[in-house]
This record gives sequence, C-alpha cells and structure tokens, in this order.
Amino acid sequence: MRAADAIVKALEMEGIEVVFGIPGGAIIEVYDALYDSGIQHITTRHEQGATHAADGYARASGKVGVAFVTSGPGATNTVTGIATAYMDSSPIVVFTGQVPTSMIGNDAFQEADITGITMPVTKHNYLVTDAKDLLHTIKEAFYIASTGRPGPVLVDLPKDVTTADIDFNYPKRVSLPGYKPKLEGHPKQIARAAELIMKAERPVILAGGGVILSNASKELVELAETIPAFVVTTLMGKGSIPETHPLSLGFAGMHGTKYANYALSESDLIIAVGCRFSDRTTGNVAMFAPNAKIIHIDVDPAEIGKNVNVDVPIVGDAKKVLAKLKKAVEYKQRKEWEDRVNDWKRKYPLKYKKEGFKPQYVIERACEIMPDAIVTTEVGQNQMWAAQFFKVKYPRQFITSGGLGTMGFGFPAAMGAQVAFPEKTVIDIAGDGSFFMNIQELATCVNYEIPVKVLVLNNGYLGMVRQWQELFYKERYSATCIGCEKTGFEAIARGFGAIGITVEKPSEVDDALKEAKEIDAPVVIDFRVDYQANVFPMVPPGASLKEIIDEE
Amino acid sequence: MKHTIAVLVENKPGVLARVAGLFRRRGFNIESLTVGTTEKEDLSRMTIVVEGDDKVVEQVIKQLNKLIETIKVSEISESSVERELCLIRVHAPPEKRGEIVELTNIFRARIVDVSRNSFIIEVTGDEDKVSAFIDLMRQYGIKELARTGKVAMVRGNKK
Repeated sequence: MRAADAIVKALEMEGIEVVFGIPGGAIIEVYDALYDSGIQHITTRHEQGATHAADGYARASGKVGVAFVTSGPGATNTVTGIATAYMDSSPIVVFTGQVPTSMIGNDAFQEADITGITMPVTKHNYLVTDAKDLLHTIKEAFYIASTGRPGPVLVDLPKDVTTADIDFNYPKRVSLPGYKPKLEGHPKQIARAAELIMKAERPVILAGGGVILSNASKELVELAETIPAFVVTTLMGKGSIPETHPLSLGFAGMHGTKYANYALSESDLIIAVGCRFSDRTTGNVAMFAPNAKIIHIDVDPAEIGKNVNVDVPIVGDAKKVLAKLKKAVEYKQRKEWEDRVNDWKRKYPLKYKKEGFKPQYVIERACEIMPDAIVTTEVGQNQMWAAQFFKVKYPRQFITSGGLGTMGFGFPAAMGAQVAFPEKTVIDIAGDGSFFMNIQELATCVNYEIPVKVLVLNNGYLGMVRQWQELFYKERYSATCIGCEKTGFEAIARGFGAIGITVEKPSEVDDALKEAKEIDAPVVIDFRVDYQANVFPMVPPGASLKEIIDEE
Repeated sequence: MKHTIAVLVENKPGVLARVAGLFRRRGFNIESLTVGTTEKEDLSRMTIVVEGDDKVVEQVIKQLNKLIETIKVSEISESSVERELCLIRVHAPPEKRGEIVELTNIFRARIVDVSRNSFIIEVTGDEDKVSAFIDLMRQYGIKELARTGKVAMVRGNKK
C-alpha cells in the first residue's frame, strides 16, 4: 500500500473525522490519499489557523485534533498553534510534509528543521526517516497526544516516506518503555489528603484545566459538595464547576473575582487539582496563600512542587483521584468560613461603570441571550471580560489561550469548535487587535458554512497594553492605538461573504445578538465600545492576591 | 551544590538534542555531560553533573523523566564510583622528565606518547584526583588538555 494511503487509513482507525490544513508540495501525496477518504478536510487560509482550529476542535470535543501542512513555511506557520496547544495541554497531532530524506540537511526548497524547531513546544515529535517506522509512529503520536497530560505531537513526513510502498499493519498498542503515566493516585497520599481535609476549617478547591481535560467535573462537584468546599478555578479551569453553583467562586488571579482571591488568601487548605500555579493565578508567589497547606493532584509529577511548595502531592488522573478522595472524606460543617466567604461574595461582586457603551455589557448580554453557547476568546481585555462576565455552565464551554496568551487564537479555535458541534452556537469574544491576527479564516468559515459568531469589542486599541500604559506608564500610549474605529468590520465581513453588523450603542446590543444567533452563517458584530474601559479588579504586578484593587 | 544524575535513554537520533534543549530552556546549568552506549545496544547512558540546590535538581529529574525517550533517571549519591579521564600534553624538556615520570607514577597515570619536548599523559580518577594532577603539571607548562566529563555508577550492595 502507498504510505500516504496508509497514513489516511491509520487516521480513520484512530477515529479521526476531520482534518484542518493546507496542502503543498511536500505533503501532496497525503492529500492525494485523502481525496478518496471519508475524512472531512477543512482548508484554512493560514497554517496557524489550521492548528488553532484543530486545537479548538480538541478542546471542545475532547477528541484529538489533527492538522496537515506542507514543509518549510507551512510547517513553521504552525509553531504558534503548537505552542498554544502545548501550554494549555491540548491534544493535537500535526503532520508536516518534509523534503525527501535524501535532501534533508541540504537547505532544499521549502526545507525547515521543524522537529528541531518544535522540540521545546511539543510533548513529543518525530521525523520519520524510514517508511517502515511510519505506522507505529502514528500510533504513538496519537497515544502520546491524548494520554497522561495531553499535548501536541508533531510528525514530520519526508516526501519519499509518503510515496513508499508498505504493508498496512496498524499496531494495536504502543511500546513506549519511557512513557507510563501514573493515573491511580497513591492510596497513602489520598488518605493523608483526606485527613488534612477533615481537619481543615477553611478548605478551598483550586480547579485547573486538568479537571476539564480529564473529564472530572462531576467528580469535582461531588467532592466539593461532600466536604463542602468552595471551588475557585483558574482561567483554564472555568467550566469545571458551573459558575452558577453556590460553591463556585469564579476564577482567581490577576483579574479574577475578589472573593476567589480572598478565599485562597485566607484558606487553611488548598486542594489544587490539575493546575500548575501559574504566575497569573498566584500573584506574587512568595505571598500566595500564606496560611494554607496545599494538596496538589496532578497527572504530571513535574508540576508538583514546581512553583509552590506542596504538603501532600498526589500524582494521578484528576477523575480517578477525586472520586477516591470523595469516598475518603465526610461532610463537616464549617459555618463561620461559609458565612465569611458568602459575605465576600455579596460585598464584592464583579462590577463596572455602566455609563456609555461598555464592552462588559456586551458580554453580560451575550451570556443572557446565548447562555449555552461555546465561547472562545482572543487574548487581552476581551479575554478577561469574557472570563469575568460570561458565566460558564459546563466543561469545554469556555475555550481560551491561557498559557501562551495567543492573540488570534479565538477565532480559528471557534471554527474548530463549531466543526465539532455544528448544532451549537459558537461565539468568539474578540478584540479588534486580536481579530485581525487571524481574520483570514472568515473566508474558511464562509466557504464551509461554519456559522461562527464573532463579537468584536472594538475599542481601537490594543486594550490590555493600553490599560497597563495608563496605570503603570504615565499614560504614554506607545504604539497601542491601532485605529480600528476607522475599520469597518461590517464591510469586511460582507467582503468575505459573511454577515456584518455594526452596533453603536447599548440599546442595539440585544437585537444584534438575537439576530446573529438566528443566522445560520458566519457573523461579525462590530461593537463600537468605549475605549477607556479597563479590566478590574486587578492584582497589580508583584502584589499578592489579597492586594487586589478596584477601579477607583 | 553539584549533583550527578544518570539518565538511561533510548539510543535514537535527537535524544541528546532533547536533553540539551531541556536544560537550556529551563535554565539548568550543566557542569558536564557524557554520553555513551550501555550493555544494551538500544540504550544510551548520560551522566550529567548539574549545579543547583535540591529544588532545582528535583525539577531536572522530573523534567528529564517527562521526555518520552527517557527510560530511567537516577541521582548518583555519595556511595558511587566516579571517574573522569584526562589527556594532558605537558612540556617535558630532558631535565624535567624524571620529575614528571615520578609524579605520573604516584598518580597511577600513564605516559602514552613521548616526543622530543613533550609527553602526553593519561590520568583517570575522580574529579579531585584529576584536578590535583593537572595542577601539578602546570608548573611544567601544559600545552594542551582534554578532559572528559564524569561517568558514575552506584556501588553494589556490600551486605
């Protein structure tokens, strides 16, 4: 069998239904094989868009996302997408074309050392130099991407490897002596954790993206209700508990809720699950949760003790460990703590100045009008407002580039999520700056009738940087005014063949959102919001979570 | 503080780049690194000497373990055999040769090449011994020096 056909057949055996990518000379053989396959291919307009789409597809569905690109620039264009997936532990497999093995190292046309380039941003990568290694490599790639702590895997395919003739014997299992994720959690450690929980007076669960990746939301909520413990999430953990749940305190960190940050700061026991204590979540790490003992559950042993010192480490899969932990603890009333936290919740709700046309209002209304929509975000103010004002109800509903902070991620990711769930409403909450970074994918959405709704909070600025310049750089707005108020997103959308709507004032917001929701086509809404709006509350750089400030 | 770490890895192309890249990316300092084959032909053994406190070394070990091609990582404690090898080309005029030969014998080193004005001396031993010998040779004038990194192995159980 031609190796290219074997690749496509292997993908079918892995249950892959859709591939995002762009063909080119070095990968043309694989595309030829794809022509006869039942696998859907979405041709994006840029390889970065393809990798983000595969990532968005993976995050929304829990399945592995796949991208095909050609060698050289095709491959290098995937790097941001791969790094984004790596930082947020998203399972994608990227197949890159490569020049023939005989030409590797000669600086051939469209040659790039993509395995060398992506080594630090992939969970693992392969250069297949011999066609006999092809099938077990593909098997390993999917296995590594989707198990343990998930992540991106890249498989580089020299052209002569794709044209070779091979026997199709797709392995049933992999042999990776150096890769055996520990999933169960050590019983002794779980018992120690349960003991600490029973002793704790002010327990708080800190849930990260790992809870979502491990599909452990049910177990998380059950544990929280059993103890009972309030649940603070990280940005990536949003959706691990419905944010309407009485025990939910929303997300913590630099722009998190005051009550989440206070709860972490005052807690005497933090039960951290599937999170990595990133600097955006902990604030000044030396002053993080000064009174708390920490239980840290994570499938990746290297995360434990990396950023904060941990009292009880538990290496294992969140779903399995949370279920076991729940059985080991009992309900204990902690009235004083409960009252205190609920008091903070009442006293310090998320708020913003309502006069004028505020971006936060758009998100509040979107949350009301499309409560179950899958929400992706770009990066910056739009991302933080989305995190603050869109109440997430279920896991995988909220998709954002938390680790790498990739502007331009949200739109192609929304496209991927929409391909995974054609019947759902999928919205990308965008800023004007971010949207421009992958705006070309509007053509893809139009071409494949992917009805993503882009809510552009157009303030004409790279707003988050502008906010820092206002607060910390004496209002010296260096290079942040990008003048998008001069850009007509409505006309741009129309030019692409999509629907464009312009919204000038708050009274028009509801109608526009309702209209967009009903349209079965890609829609871009240009919300001409006040540019002065800032994201608050905020933990100033270098401060502890407790020192979170409001807009004066 | 210096720590010696033994890493058993699959003998595949690119593994050294992965390990080196990991150290660079995470800001760990490599004091020395040696790679070679083992009793099994599909495995290589790296001996890495790392400078850092316990926390750093813990991260190094954990991160090394995360590499798919890493089979085993172990820290080599005090009860181990550690060796380095060093070749020294030392200036050896006729009137100094007697002294140099004597010192070489004391250190159980070997003269492996003799020319009109110089010797090449091979010395093996732990780091301190090799360093001490090099220091002694300095007075005669070291013309060239090549020193391997450390290889190490935990001692067998004596009981």
